[in-house]
Amino acid sequence: MKSGKQNAKSTTDKASPARTSRAQTIFYGIAAFIALIGLAEATYLTVLFLSGETAVCGGSPDCFKVLGSAYAKIGPIPVSGLGALAYFCVFSFAIFAGFGYARARQFFTWTVIAMFAMTVWLLFVQAFRLHAFCRWCLFSAALIFLLTGLVVARPAMPTRSN
Amino acid sequence: MKRYLPFIIVGLVAALAIGSGAFLYQRKRVANTPAKIPKTETESSGKIVHTLGPDEAPVTVEEFGDFQCPPCGKLSEPINQVQKKYNIRVIYRNFPLPNHRWAKDAACAAEAAGRQGKFWEMHDVLYREQAVWSQSTDAPTLFKAYAGMIQLDLNKFKEDLDNPEVQRQVETDHERGVAIGVKTTPTIFLNNQAVPPPQLMPEEFAKAVEAAVNQAKPPS
Repeated sequence: MKSGKQNAKSTTDKASPARTSRAQTIFYGIAAFIALIGLAEATYLTVLFLSGETAVCGGSPDCFKVLGSAYAKIGPIPVSGLGALAYFCVFSFAIFAGFGYARARQFFTWTVIAMFAMTVWLLFVQAFRLHAFCRWCLFSAALIFLLTGLVVARPAMPTRSN
Repeated sequence: MKRYLPFIIVGLVAALAIGSGAFLYQRKRVANTPAKIPKTETESSGKIVHTLGPDEAPVTVEEFGDFQCPPCGKLSEPINQVQKKYNIRVIYRNFPLPNHRWAKDAACAAEAAGRQGKFWEMHDVLYREQAVWSQSTDAPTLFKAYAGMIQLDLNKFKEDLDNPEVQRQVETDHERGVAIGVKTTPTIFLNNQAVPPPQLMPEEFAKAVEAAVNQAKPPS
């Protein structure tokens, strides 16, 4: 009987939903909400970029220095556009993970780690190359640090007892 | 149903993000891209001139402006509006005042953008952001940022900023203004007639243009 159970466990498809704890559901709900805020912000900045408008930073010129710099785009693609895509991925993975998709949890973690690395690089660029901080970028960095903190403090998945 | 719920949520958010982004983009495009016929043409003297609207328009507005002058900034959008409304011809000439620290740099930035066919885009950005760069200690850096925003080739833009021909062009505009008696900014000529200062308030100016357009209409 026991070996039969083990076989059943090892053949479970990671893409299929499994049961999640209440803590996990709340955790991924919060992560999805943070990603949604980031998605809205990054979408707005992308629209500004595409329409040729300058973002306002409450009278500070720093946003123009940062968002108009060569670091604000990779080829023809604005970094904010990539950010919007990344936030959308995090949102989607969080939703699927919240509904028990095991593989989505892994994608969620790796995407947040990639975004964290990119954020550290962009903060370095602002501090040491451009000598200006864009408030929109700092807000986005705060969201990503929050997501990274959530990943680090993520509650463990409930283990199945035999 | 629960099986499909995450797909529905993700799909809805994707649709919402794309939809609201497209809507916002459309609105910004309409707001930022007036129905202009921007041109950078060469006069018989060989000087480059920046115009909006059709050459055969019955009403021509010629402005001598300083990008750092607040009244010029206030008048910029009303001029855009009357240009769109009546399809008049607008000519912009640089007249940077010496008491404005960044005025000449701003004029050069606009001319450098003009060399990539985006004089009017830079003109609009400079006036829109006037309050910000005017008070900056390093406005030229901001001008480069604006160039990035309006998607200019930044290397060419920087080269053109240092190009003596661009500086000369601004000076030629200024000399032309001085030659015809321009002393302050904005100085505006409506069909070659100087607009008196009281009519340089946005509402008054719009009325003056409307009157000129009505006058130019053939009697029915």
